[in-house]
Amino acid sequence: MLEILLDATVRAGTPILFATLGAIINERAGIINLGIEGLMLIGALAGFSGTYLSGSLLVGVLAAFCATFIAGSIHAVITVQLRGNQIVSGLALTMFGVGITALFGKGMVGLTIVGFKRVAIPGLSQLPIIGKAFFNQDMLIYFSFLLVFLLWVFFYRTRWGLGVRSVGENPAAADTCGLSVSKYRFFAVTIGSGLVGIGGAYLSLASTPMWIENMSAGRGWIAVALVIFAGWSSPRAMLGAYLFGGITAMQLRFQAMGTTVSAHILQMLPYFFTILVLVISTLRLKKGASQQPEGLGLPYDREDRK
Amino acid sequence: MPFLFSLPPYMSDILRIENIRKTFPGVIALDDVSFSVARGEIHTLLGENGAGKSTLMNVLTGLYHPDRGQIRIAGEPIHFTSPRDALAFGIGMVHQHFMLVPAHSVFENILLALDNVPNFYSRKTYKEKIQKLIDEFDLDLDLDTPVWKLSIGAQQWIELIKLLMRDCQLLILDEPTAVLTPQEAERLFSVLRHLKKQEKSIIFISHKMREVMEISDCVTILKKGRSIATLTCGDFDESKLASLMIGKDKILQWQKNLQMSDEIVLDIHDLSVRNDRGLSDLDGFNLRLKKGEILGIAGVAGNGQKALAEVLTGLKNTSQGRIMAGGKDITNSNARYSYIAGIAHIPEDRKSIGIAPDMSVDENLIMKSFKSRSFRNWIFQNKKAIRQNAAEKIEQFAIKTGPDGTPVRYLSGGNIQKVIIARELSEHPAVLVALYPTRGLDIGSAGYVHKVIADGADRGMSTILIAEDLDELLKLSDRIAVMFRGKLIGYVNPRKTTREEIGLMMSGEIPGDAA
Repeated sequence: MLEILLDATVRAGTPILFATLGAIINERAGIINLGIEGLMLIGALAGFSGTYLSGSLLVGVLAAFCATFIAGSIHAVITVQLRGNQIVSGLALTMFGVGITALFGKGMVGLTIVGFKRVAIPGLSQLPIIGKAFFNQDMLIYFSFLLVFLLWVFFYRTRWGLGVRSVGENPAAADTCGLSVSKYRFFAVTIGSGLVGIGGAYLSLASTPMWIENMSAGRGWIAVALVIFAGWSSPRAMLGAYLFGGITAMQLRFQAMGTTVSAHILQMLPYFFTILVLVISTLRLKKGASQQPEGLGLPYDREDRK
Repeated sequence: MPFLFSLPPYMSDILRIENIRKTFPGVIALDDVSFSVARGEIHTLLGENGAGKSTLMNVLTGLYHPDRGQIRIAGEPIHFTSPRDALAFGIGMVHQHFMLVPAHSVFENILLALDNVPNFYSRKTYKEKIQKLIDEFDLDLDLDTPVWKLSIGAQQWIELIKLLMRDCQLLILDEPTAVLTPQEAERLFSVLRHLKKQEKSIIFISHKMREVMEISDCVTILKKGRSIATLTCGDFDESKLASLMIGKDKILQWQKNLQMSDEIVLDIHDLSVRNDRGLSDLDGFNLRLKKGEILGIAGVAGNGQKALAEVLTGLKNTSQGRIMAGGKDITNSNARYSYIAGIAHIPEDRKSIGIAPDMSVDENLIMKSFKSRSFRNWIFQNKKAIRQNAAEKIEQFAIKTGPDGTPVRYLSGGNIQKVIIARELSEHPAVLVALYPTRGLDIGSAGYVHKVIADGADRGMSTILIAEDLDELLKLSDRIAVMFRGKLIGYVNPRKTTREEIGLMMSGEIPGDAA
C-alpha cells in the first residue's frame, strides 16, 4: 500500500519538479516567469508530436526542449533586451501557450504512442519501500534526480552558476565585474524554459501517453508557487514537488476507494495545500534572512540613474 | 595584452581624458572635462556634490557612454562599451554605492570579479590566492562570511581586493572615506601610498579638503560639469582649492543660539529595534534632547542611525523601550501621530520617501496637512488655498521651480530638499529629525539647510542631526552623541573634543572620562 502510494507520488511530482527547476533557473537570474503553465503545454504537445512523427521518445523530449526554448526566448527578449514588464509578458506567454497548443493540437487528439517504460535499476529497486518508488521508474524520472544534483553543482560549484546567481542578486555588481547581464539572463530564461518543456513532455510521454487539450491543468502555477516554497534551491524543489505529488496520489486513492466526499473537493486538495504551504513558508521566510534574489523582477538598465 | 600593462615606464601620462560631455534627459551632467593621469600618481578629483565627479568616473569605467569627447590610453583613442572593456585595460573602480552581492560570501564576491576562472574552478586554489593578498595588506576578512554581515568599512576592502586581484593598474575610488572613521581612513591612505610605490595610479574622488591636502600629488577641480583647473602638489593650499571649487557662490551666514533651556523635549529610554534579518539595529539605546538644542549624531553609516530616525518618526516599530515626546508616550506610534506630536522628518532618501516625485510642488507641500480644514471644502480639495500656500512657501524658502504644476522630480536636489523642509517646518515642529540632510547637495544648498536648522534652534526647535561629515557635525551641533552598533557610546562637546576622540568612539571605544 505505502509502496504504491510512494510510486504514484514520484510519478505525479516529476512533471512539477522539472517545471520548478526550470523556474528556479529563471528566477535565480532575476527574471520572474509566469509563463510556466503555457510552456508546459507547449512542451507536452511538442513532445507528443515529436514522438508520434518520429517514433522515438528521445526525439520527443528534444522537441519539447527546443520548442519551449524558443517560446521562452520570446519572454527573454521582452524582459531582458527590451526591459519589459515581466509579469505581463509571462501571463501573455501562458495564454499564448494555451491557445497555440489548442490550435495545433487538434490533429493530435485521440492518437496514441508508446510511452516511457519502467526500467528497474538492478539491486537498488529491491530495497524495501523506497526501492520500487525511486528505482523502478522511467528514464525521465532518473534524469530528474540527476538534474536536481547537477543544478546544485551548477549554482554552487561553477563560475557560470555564480554568475547567474550574481546577476539575479545585484546585476550592477555583476556588470562592473565584467559579466554580460543580458547574456546570462537570456540563457537562464531560455534554458530554464526548456526544462519546463521537458516537464510538460513528461505528461504526454509518460503519465498518460497521449495529447489532451490543456493537460497541464494548473501544474505550471503550482511550480511557480513551489519556487518560493523551495527557497530557490533545487533539493528543496524536489521535496516540494513530491509533497504536491503525494497529495495528488492520495486524493486519487481516496476516490478509488469510493469515499462519500465529493470528488471535486478531493481534487481541490493539492491546490489548497499549495496555498497553505506558501503561507507557512512565507511566514517562516520573514523571520530569517530572505532567500529571494534581490534583483528579482527588476529590469537592469546600466545608465538608469537612481 | 592590455595597454596599461605593456606601457613602457617612461611614458608618464597613462590616461588622458579630452573634452568629455555627457547629458541625461534634462540635465547636463558633464559639460567639458579634460585631464590626464600619470603612472604612480594619486590624482584627486575635487568638486562639490553635483559637479559631475561620479558621472565622469562612470564614463571612464564604461558604464556610461559619453556624448562627445575622447578617452586616450597611452595616446591611443579608445572606446569602452562596457565595464568589461575598461577592466581589460586595467581600469577598475570602487563605487560609492558598493557593487557587491550582499547575500554571497566574501569569497564568491571576489571570485566573481576575477578573469579567466575556469568554469569548474578549484575552491582551494582560489581561496589561497585571495587569502595571500588579504594577508599582504594585513586585513581581517573571513572568506566564508556573507557580505551583509560585514561592516561598511570591511565591504570597502573587499571592493579594493577585487580590483587588486585583477591586477588593475588604475584604481578609481569614489569618496572612499565617507563611510570610514578617521582612523580607518588613515589606514586606507597608507594602503594607497603602498600601491603608489607599486607604480599603480589612483584617481581619488573627494570633497573633503583635509584629505585632499594629505594624499594628492595632483588635483583637478570640477565645477558644474567642467574641469576648471589642474594643480600639482606644492601649487595649492586649502583656501586656494576651496575658492576654485566654490567660486563666487555665496555662502549663507548664520549665528548659532548658544543658550538652551534644560527642558527635555525628547527622552529615549532603552530602545531596541530589530531589522528584517532579525538582528538588532538599535540595542538598548538612550538619548535625551533638550529644547532648542542641535544634537549631532556621529557614527559610521549602518550603526543604527537610520533605524533611530525611523523609530522617532513612527515609520518603524520598537521591540523594547520607550520614547517620550513633550510628556507624551509616542512609542510605536504611526507617522501621522508622530507628526502631530511635533516631530518632523527630513528623510535620508529624499527622492524615494521624501516626496511623491510625479506630483506637483503644490501637492507635495500639503502632503502632511491635506486633511486640515484650510485645504479642503468638505471632501474636495481647496485648490485656491493650496496654491496660495505653495506661493507663500516658494517665496519664503526661495524654491526655484518651473511653471505651476511642474512635477517635483524635475527640481534640482537642493530645491527638492527645500520643498521637504518647507513642508516639514510648516507646522512649527518641536523636534526635527534630519537624516543626512545635506547629502548630495551643493555647498550653497547645504549652507541653506544649516541656516534653517540654526534659525530653528533660535525659535526653540530641537534638532537631531544625523550626518556623516564630522566637520559638519562639529560646526553645527551643541552636543554630539556617538553611536556604535545600535548603542550610545557617549556624548562629546564639539568645542572641546578632537576628531581622533570621536573616531575612536565611532569604532566602539568608550572614553575614559565623559565630556
